[in-house]
Amino acid sequence: MPESVNKNSEAAAVGFKDRLAGYVETAQVYAKPYLDLPNDSFKKTVAVALALCLVGAVVVSGSAVILRPLQERNKSKDEKVNILEVAELYQKGTDVDAAFKNIETRVVDLATGDYVDSVDAKTYDQWKAAKDPAQSESIPPAKDIASIKRKPKYAKVYLVKQDDGKLKTVIMPVNGYGLWSTMYGFIALEADGETVVGMNLYDQAETPGLGGEVVNPKWKALWKGKKVYNFSGKEVHESNLTEKGQTIEIGEVALGLVKGSVDPGRAGSEFQVDALAGATLTSRGVSNLVQYWMGRDGYGIYLAKLRNGRG
Amino acid sequence: MELTDENKKVLVEPLVENNPITLQVLGICSALAVTSQLSTALIMSLALTTVTAFSSAGIAFVRNHVPSSIRIIAQMVIIASLVIVVDQLLKAFAYEISKQLSVFVGLIITNCIVMGRAEAYAMKNPPWESFLDGIGNGLGYSLILVTVAVIRELFGSGKLLGIDVFPLIKDGGWYVPNGLLLLPPSAFFLIGLIIWAVRTWKPKQVEKADFSIQPAHGAVHGEAH
Repeated sequence: MPESVNKNSEAAAVGFKDRLAGYVETAQVYAKPYLDLPNDSFKKTVAVALALCLVGAVVVSGSAVILRPLQERNKSKDEKVNILEVAELYQKGTDVDAAFKNIETRVVDLATGDYVDSVDAKTYDQWKAAKDPAQSESIPPAKDIASIKRKPKYAKVYLVKQDDGKLKTVIMPVNGYGLWSTMYGFIALEADGETVVGMNLYDQAETPGLGGEVVNPKWKALWKGKKVYNFSGKEVHESNLTEKGQTIEIGEVALGLVKGSVDPGRAGSEFQVDALAGATLTSRGVSNLVQYWMGRDGYGIYLAKLRNGRG
Repeated sequence: MELTDENKKVLVEPLVENNPITLQVLGICSALAVTSQLSTALIMSLALTTVTAFSSAGIAFVRNHVPSSIRIIAQMVIIASLVIVVDQLLKAFAYEISKQLSVFVGLIITNCIVMGRAEAYAMKNPPWESFLDGIGNGLGYSLILVTVAVIRELFGSGKLLGIDVFPLIKDGGWYVPNGLLLLPPSAFFLIGLIIWAVRTWKPKQVEKADFSIQPAHGAVHGEAH
């Protein structure tokens, strides 16, 4: 039996070789009239250009198709690392998949602030959805402070649970326009829905050394412990949410960047983070992004309900 | 395949005698940008050497059939395809480093070394020789890149390949890092010094001055003005 298999595969190999030789011969026959033309003739110029482009295209698309699964795995791992980092769960050498077991991924309807179960949270991509007219809505220019034009109807949240199952941290994807690029990142809040755990803009193309400093760990560390909402502002009453006869305060988004260094003793410093030196527009972009995504149009309603004791 | 003496010459000469960076002063842009860490410099060297070798071989393979009117663009098609493949490979197998190298891998397409070897060597020589020429020039580039990167990372951040060599003062050690070495201009200084050193060692590489500066009038008479 094995012998016959061997013979079969041998025969197949010989057959393949013969066929390959045949193809090469055919190709040579077809190519010969062109190869024999003088190099600078019009026909040969076109033929050579076409042939080179064709070979180049095959090589490029072939490598893209073959390597895509690996690249996507890297990308999703990178995203997981970013999520763990913003929740302070990541050190060098952490087993990403194991650490991610404590994190529950849910999808939230931004308009009602409730969880949606009809969408698979694992595969849902809210930034892809933001580009799809069926799954997103356009933001009227007056409200579009983060300059993102469209927002997804449903957004993802990552819930970090304590060992006893209690919510510890909630991580939300955010985006907004800086100076050159739309910045993508995560904001992590404590279970109280207002205290910042971390802020991480992982995908951006701002000026390296100036706006690009949004990735600087020292600057990112400034966000920890800041508060997002001010509940004594005058806008509070207008933006309150009434549900089932109960009034829930959304609060005014007070967190933002300020120029100069923040004096921790001054009133209101819990809402202030140092702006980036030499990057006024990127800093404004970051402030706007927080303003938008933490506000009523973003995760505001969801977070208000979270504060009000919905698990 | 056996290496003839001619092959060996093609392979070894670009290392010092005819180094693409120090003698031909090509490919400086990426040499400044990716040398603040040894790991990025190594990957960049590997990427450029691969692209130069295979593009030279590819171009040499079709050299007799490329119409001179579309010569450069035909070379670019081959080079660009290879660069994209290398970029895809990095994204698949060295994701972290590919993020750090960002645009510089893509910019290999316009790297003067690749273009220069295609035009100067591969268009006139058979594929195998061109392949070796590409490897040689890639290694010449790598040699300078790695030298500069070792100096910059070691003295700029006290590390090599991310491993602590000199304990830094801020971590309780004794070494005060030289911040200038982490900035791009330092690569200019280092490459300048390397060129100076090489030309002192091999005076043949010193170029003749295009013109001589006339001594000042005062200097001739030894008067001070």
